Amino acid sequence: MPQILTGDGTKIWMLRDRKAQFLRWGGWLVGALVFLSCWRVISDATEWFFVYDAGRIAADIGGRAIPPRWSYMDKLWEPLWDTINIATLGTFFALITAVPVAFLAARNTTPNAWLIRPVALFIIVATRSINSLIWALLLVAIIGPGVFAGMIAIAIRSIGFCAKLLYEAIEEIDTKQVEAITATGASRWQVMAYGIVPQIMPAFAGIAVFRWDINIRESTILGLVGAGGIGLQLKGSLDTLAWPQVTLILIVIFATVILSEWVSAKVRGAII
Amino acid sequence: MSAALDARLGRAWKKPPLIKRNWLRWSLIIGALIYFIAALASMEVNWSRVYEGLDRGWQFIIAFTSPDFGSRAADIREGLIESAIMTIAATVVGIAISIPIALGAARNIAPLPIYLICRTIVALSRALNEIIVAILLVAIFGFGPLAGFLTLSFASIGFLAKLLAEDIEDLDRSQAEAVKATGASWLQWINYGVQPQVMPRLVGLSMYRLDINFRESAVLGLVGAGGIGATLNTAFDRYEFDTAAAIILVIIVVVMVLEYLSGLIRKRMQ
Repeated sequence: MPQILTGDGTKIWMLRDRKAQFLRWGGWLVGALVFLSCWRVISDATEWFFVYDAGRIAADIGGRAIPPRWSYMDKLWEPLWDTINIATLGTFFALITAVPVAFLAARNTTPNAWLIRPVALFIIVATRSINSLIWALLLVAIIGPGVFAGMIAIAIRSIGFCAKLLYEAIEEIDTKQVEAITATGASRWQVMAYGIVPQIMPAFAGIAVFRWDINIRESTILGLVGAGGIGLQLKGSLDTLAWPQVTLILIVIFATVILSEWVSAKVRGAII
Repeated sequence: MSAALDARLGRAWKKPPLIKRNWLRWSLIIGALIYFIAALASMEVNWSRVYEGLDRGWQFIIAFTSPDFGSRAADIREGLIESAIMTIAATVVGIAISIPIALGAARNIAPLPIYLICRTIVALSRALNEIIVAILLVAIFGFGPLAGFLTLSFASIGFLAKLLAEDIEDLDRSQAEAVKATGASWLQWINYGVQPQVMPRLVGLSMYRLDINFRESAVLGLVGAGGIGATLNTAFDRYEFDTAAAIILVIIVVVMVLEYLSGLIRKRMQ
């Protein structure tokens, strides 16, 4: 609210009037107080001795971690293959589940807006809110450690994400095409197959690749809770304080992530 | 035209394929099949173990119908508060640090050397997974919320700075130039020419990041960086599925509320 105030007879331009200025100032004060009280809690829970010592520790770890033990690479190929499988198969199974959920959740395709849509939305929210690491923890406790638990964890976590983006795409389709197909006397399934699916196919492919990219990142750490992949090696190396191996694993993870991001960008570029 | 029509008459219509080039389509399909078989073959599943586990899985699902909020209420509350504190502090620090980095990472504002440095920081922060950063920071700073707070701040920087920098690069040049034409200093130019244009986006992104940070803070506890994840981990380790179910439900509810609120604020800002 730009306005002109007169102080000592001279006109001064100000961005806000007095009331807005006080309100803003109060808002900043409250914000600062909240932040400071948060900081005090964190600070109270911290052993400051360790923090003062952190520079030396970091330098020490850094010194041990370099150079990476390149010979350890022989043992990493298999976990790396497992990691990629966890991400790819997990994405695949997630997509299979996400498609029906998305159709049930989209306002224009749901068979019943009062009963089925809320259930589908709940599935989306519940699977999305829980991190894949927690799902993995849960599944390792239930079905035992291994690649299978990791794959299921990735799949469950991805359902909500894929279904959410997909149902938003379904809700944004062009209704004219659907009407045209309906006008030919097509059945409900035919309308879906020829009126709706071709319209969301590019979005679907984009979502699949996007999620695959995210899943590669996530599957690299699932091993920390025992769910297979390169994370197992990382945990083993960390637990035995084998820092040169940790460095190598981090480099491998970094390269994989960069590569998957590049692939996903290329594929998405080709689709859109 | 009529020749093409004649050729088509009497034949059933076929849906045009998604990938037009024949060889590419078939090689993709066959490649995917081969990969799929190889991947499934290399996956060792101990079905008897899975079968045994189904019973426990069922118990866990049953536990969701009767979550136990009571017996570990104090621990859950403590974990939740710690998560919230880490989230808020990390988001504030993340925003504060990401703004200068975003300015540096915007090509239309920063000179090339600063641009490259800032982009490197952004790329580094985005490529490193939160959990891995948390492990390293726990090793350096010791157990507790400080490591979690630093991890979340670090992760927020990459996210906020990248998206904010993109917004700054898209800004309307004429407004910024008008401010410059009045003889404004560099700081005034940023404050009056650039900041008002990117403010709605910054607020929206910050709310979104708050939401993400809370979600992430729920898992940082698994590697010893404090928060509700630590409580959840303990519950799992002791096979207290009803308490674990309660914690998971609490996380879902908080995430839903946060997502709703952040959506509301983002909508109002636009």
